Amino acid sequence: MAAVNRRVLPGFSLSLGYSVFYLSVLVLIPLGACFLKAASLSFSEFWATVWTERARAAYAVTFGASLAAATINVALGLVVAWTLVRYHFPLKRVVDALVDLPFALPTAVAGLVFATLYVPNGWMGQFMVPLGIEGAYSRLGIVLVLVFTGFPFVVRTVQPVLESLDAETEEAATVLGASRWQTFARVILPTLVPALVTGFALAFARAVGEYGSVVFISGNMPFQTEIAPVLIVARLEEFAYREATAIAVVLLTVSFVLLALINLLERWSKRHGG
Amino acid sequence: MAVDALPDDFPADAQPPIRRAHQDHWLVRGGLTLATLLVVGVLIVVPLVSVFAQALSNGVGVYWDNLVGNADTRHSILLTATVAPVAVALNLVFGVAAAWCIARFRFPGRTLLVTLIDLPFSVSPVVAGLVFVLLFGAQGYFGEWLREHGYQVIFAPPGLVLATAFVTFPFVARELIPVLEAIGPEEEMAARSLGASGWQMFWRITLPNIKWGVLYGVILCNARAMGEFGAVYVVSGRITGQTDTMPLRVEKLFQEYNSPGSFALASVLTLLALVTLFVKVGIERHTRRAPERPQGTSS
Repeated sequence: MAAVNRRVLPGFSLSLGYSVFYLSVLVLIPLGACFLKAASLSFSEFWATVWTERARAAYAVTFGASLAAATINVALGLVVAWTLVRYHFPLKRVVDALVDLPFALPTAVAGLVFATLYVPNGWMGQFMVPLGIEGAYSRLGIVLVLVFTGFPFVVRTVQPVLESLDAETEEAATVLGASRWQTFARVILPTLVPALVTGFALAFARAVGEYGSVVFISGNMPFQTEIAPVLIVARLEEFAYREATAIAVVLLTVSFVLLALINLLERWSKRHGG
Repeated sequence: MAVDALPDDFPADAQPPIRRAHQDHWLVRGGLTLATLLVVGVLIVVPLVSVFAQALSNGVGVYWDNLVGNADTRHSILLTATVAPVAVALNLVFGVAAAWCIARFRFPGRTLLVTLIDLPFSVSPVVAGLVFVLLFGAQGYFGEWLREHGYQVIFAPPGLVLATAFVTFPFVARELIPVLEAIGPEEEMAARSLGASGWQMFWRITLPNIKWGVLYGVILCNARAMGEFGAVYVVSGRITGQTDTMPLRVEKLFQEYNSPGSFALASVLTLLALVTLFVKVGIERHTRRAPERPQGTSS
């Protein structure tokens, strides 16, 4: 196909050349500059910067909250995707469309709204704070807003897989004497696992880098509710560029590992999820 | 054989079970539906309603005044309305070019290119802003050169465009690659063999074929571009009335305890998100024709 296409269809070198040029100028060179800057630190300097007590606390909050939020998203996403594919109920189309709102809503707006909803006199906070559930300016608040921003990922990865399932497989399971729960646990759930894992990874990756929504609700207390991106900004505002860059390199490395993992997962689920 | 194997007490008028194999018990159905409505309600609808409730809590007059009466807020709206379209246009040109070479040709490094296009999605917005400060900031690699020649990138609109374009980089390309692949090159080859020039083929065949994909990518890209916070926060310097985009202005008003003003501006962004969703659903309906539901998924 390649040889034929290149002779018949025009624009191969132009489009490839421009794509590579634009990609390099906007993404690759800037990211390279980040690593270059970090390389100007010696290893012990680098380590001393990225492994301070405050930085460790920030990583713990970032990854802990992201892990919690992505796990919650898997559970919520599975229920919502199942309901949207299998059942009929009023306003289903509206609900289906609203699932994507976290993708479209600016993160700053999400942070602003969640912060005001969960303070003690907010709409939700007035019920939750008396019960001892502090949804604003706490770690719980961070998880809450990360659940919001990552919500569509699992739903949207699971939905197409559920839609493509054959009714025959389930009928066969029932005919062979499986209860409905057994059918779900042993026949349906295994086919959903790749999609669930991909959704989890996407939600987690998004949560690790999230900034806009978290700054509003977390309170940004060092050692308590400060996430790694907030720490980078704090270092930048002190004009400590090298320190900021070092922490950024840590985050970038984690992101790239995650990206590679997601790619492998997608290939794996294409082979297994069908 | 099969008939002989039936037990003696097998009822002659046995009916197949009425319950279909893939159907859940009504309690399960009801419970899960309720759970879904609750999740979407608490997580999405309540915040959505509260934005507008807070914005309009002092009446429409005050709301309007918060939006239009404040010069800095007005400037932020104008700035976002300038920066976002430029970033989207840059990514649109790239998206079409990348989709064309990836969907129509096979070449070494093709898979790598596809992976690299997704790269910005996995970079924290704050880091995205930081890399441009490292390049173009006062102490950056090109900082001195820029200052000598009188250009300002960081703490100025060009920096905002760069950061926004970085963060929204994959949207159009990601959308167009599968669309172009699904259409196939036959019509374009026919056009070429009938003597069309490259650009004629592109404007008359390719572009009309992918126009819905383009629109889809552009509106998603635009929504993210207008709402971007982290990357823009880092490169803007947050100079009131100069480099504050709408989301940055929302934050600043909130920090200044001007909650009504903050929510008024946030409501505009929310409205934008809702319009985006509306258009998105519209395009999905249009391109998918009849919704393809596999048999037996109804309950």
